[in-house]
Amino acid sequence: MAATIFLIARIHNLFAVAMLGGIYSLMAASMFVVLDAVDVAFTEAAVGAGVSTILMLAALALTNTEEKPKSRHGVLGLVLVLVTGAALIYGTLDMPRYGDPNAPIHRHVAPTYLADSVTATTVPNVVTAVLASYRGYDTLGEVTVIFAAGVGVMLLLGGRRRRRHRSGSRE
Amino acid sequence: MSHHFVIRVVGKLLIPFILLFGLYVQFHGDFGPGGGFQAGVIFAAAFILYALIYGVDKAREVLPDTVLRVGAGLGVLIFGGTGVASVLLDANYLDYGPLAHDTPHGQHVGIFIVELGVGVTVASVMAILFFLFADRGGRDEMDEER
Repeated sequence: MAATIFLIARIHNLFAVAMLGGIYSLMAASMFVVLDAVDVAFTEAAVGAGVSTILMLAALALTNTEEKPKSRHGVLGLVLVLVTGAALIYGTLDMPRYGDPNAPIHRHVAPTYLADSVTATTVPNVVTAVLASYRGYDTLGEVTVIFAAGVGVMLLLGGRRRRRHRSGSRE
Repeated sequence: MSHHFVIRVVGKLLIPFILLFGLYVQFHGDFGPGGGFQAGVIFAAAFILYALIYGVDKAREVLPDTVLRVGAGLGVLIFGGTGVASVLLDANYLDYGPLAHDTPHGQHVGIFIVELGVGVTVASVMAILFFLFADRGGRDEMDEER
């Protein structure tokens, strides 16, 4: 995955970058499978590797496939990235170890969900129960966000298309 | 693209199974991994694949714009409507308890309906996004790209 990221940063052919992005998503999806997060892997494979690569290609068809050559490489940018990265790594230092059963996240409401969700909802998949029932508001919000995003893109792109059609008919 | 024989045949073979898998993820989400989001994306991916192989116009005949727009709104409406329905049945908003004969089964029914709403919206919005992008590009450029 690191190699893919490095290539994405170095290559100037945007077509190749889009393809590498897809490959990266596919590897991320396999990583999620290894981590037993199959739902996330589904989504990553379908959205990251599939749909968004295709959207990238469609967007590339509208523009150029070559990156504009940049005149200078900012030292400031490198410093900023290094500082942010160091801060993030510093932040992980006092995180509980991965899979630690005593971590706060496993102590709070998770045991209740795991113990009660099957009897309370008759849904064997705890993830679904939590998403759709315990956290119903969150999910409603997410769906609304997706809907709003769709409407936004429709307003941005769809409107212009119709205008072009109209001007086309005038010609 | 229509002259790529292998892609057409393989696509024709695969698309029904992708659609079926999408439906399985949708309706089996209560038991196995998956749910509305995943199912919607898989469903949309199948249509996008269809559009890539047979052309955007053919895909539009299958899924007209109006259907997609109504679908995108309808999904949110199903989700919100479930909440309103539970309010009308004397419960809190999005508390699915009273939707069936007892509370746990009501929860199950509620989750099922809500996931359906999620799936419909996600699939529609994904397809809308793809069609919008595909429309913007000149058809010829897109074909060259492939």
